[in-house]
Amino acid sequence: MIGIVDYGLGNLVSVAAAVSRLDFEPTVTVNPDVLADCDKIILPGVGAFGDGMRNLAERSLIEPLRRIVVDEGKPILGICLGAQLISNASDEFGVSSGLGWIDAHCRKLTSNDPSFKVPHVGWNNLIQKKDDPIFCNIPDDALFYYVHSYYVDPSNDDLVIGECEYGSRVTSVLRYRNIYATQFHPEKSQRHGLTLLQNFLTGA
Amino acid sequence: MLKARIIPCLDVRDGRVVKGINFTNLVDAGEPVAQAKLYDAEGADELCFLDISASHENRETIYDVVERTAEACFMPLTVGGGVSTIEHVRKLLLAGADKVSINTAAVANPDFVASAATKFGSQCIVVAIDAKQTSAQTWEIFTHGGRRCTGIDAVTFARQMVDFGAGEILLTSMDRDGTKQGFDLTLTRAVANAVDVPIIASGGAGTVDHLTAGIREGHASAVLAASIFHFGEISIQTAKTSMSRAGIPMRLKEKQKR
Repeated sequence: MIGIVDYGLGNLVSVAAAVSRLDFEPTVTVNPDVLADCDKIILPGVGAFGDGMRNLAERSLIEPLRRIVVDEGKPILGICLGAQLISNASDEFGVSSGLGWIDAHCRKLTSNDPSFKVPHVGWNNLIQKKDDPIFCNIPDDALFYYVHSYYVDPSNDDLVIGECEYGSRVTSVLRYRNIYATQFHPEKSQRHGLTLLQNFLTGA
Repeated sequence: MLKARIIPCLDVRDGRVVKGINFTNLVDAGEPVAQAKLYDAEGADELCFLDISASHENRETIYDVVERTAEACFMPLTVGGGVSTIEHVRKLLLAGADKVSINTAAVANPDFVASAATKFGSQCIVVAIDAKQTSAQTWEIFTHGGRRCTGIDAVTFARQMVDFGAGEILLTSMDRDGTKQGFDLTLTRAVANAVDVPIIASGGAGTVDHLTAGIREGHASAVLAASIFHFGEISIQTAKTSMSRAGIPMRLKEKQKR
């Protein structure tokens, strides 16, 4: 069973549909006991950082998730906002604290180019920096769908296993032990997105 | 490198497509999911639903349409039409929309855009601007599906909307809409150069060259079109290939591995 954390902000339907398509059983839940029983967890997210944390707190999910993910080591995939929430903090609408599972800060995308557009919206190449099972059967430079204004900047660059080019090199996929995070939306990235999800679900 | 996007737009009324692919046979032309699947297979970079239901009750049908589409197509979805409350935005996002487009409500109540952006993040808030030329370098905003003139300057309004947190501007030229004479490039460029969020050019595309010009001369990040794709005059793949040949970075179909 794959637990999809329902904290009122994600595109839960899309993520659950993608999991079902891959022949896994999704369960969209706010219940930490159910999450603890799942084989893997997905933390989706479409929203602003501060509201994301507020919603997790209101549903009393912060401490149980920390226990399940950090202490017990259950595999988790954070998507977009879900990928950012695992950081210490974000600059979005003033500084907000995050889950702090990895030492990282979410910063706004910037460039010296006056025609630079933020948010970063659309299909961009995923540059694979490291070999990782999550990239199995995905060609280097494959295109994924991004829609974000902030990116995760970890203190340890080694955690960044995939990047994309937007203004500068920005974090696209991050891995720390049992924690995976993708800035793009695999559930919206057609074939390659489904492959990446499948790699996570089958044990990457 | 970020690619330019082609976005087909389907008009949906009471849960049925009323302006979409002009099927001659087989497929139920009014079924939004069937149409979405075809565009998905064709390589559309994003899909846009515009809900033109007249009544509040009938607008409820859009959530079901979005949900069924999100279950069938793993592609980005933008949904607009009648969005005027935080609850509308939340329900559309939960149903599987990636972005929500706000039109009339943004003019009537700009603070709504600010509260939606604070709540859900700028990246999912699109402001749809319908503009009509009033003098050589001036365009004014129209609301209520282009029927009501507001006297508000389009470029000024676009800047204001971005200040309020809009993450993208869907810019439609009322003068060009339906004419197939090409986008209003002067308008598109004026707005694109005035703000630092992506612009989606809309209204008037009739040929592939028009799409290319929207990106290159209009400085848009994406082009939206309806009838040229619906009627099969140009396929999305053909458009992408020609735009790519013209030097615009596009997402092309990969060659299948042997």
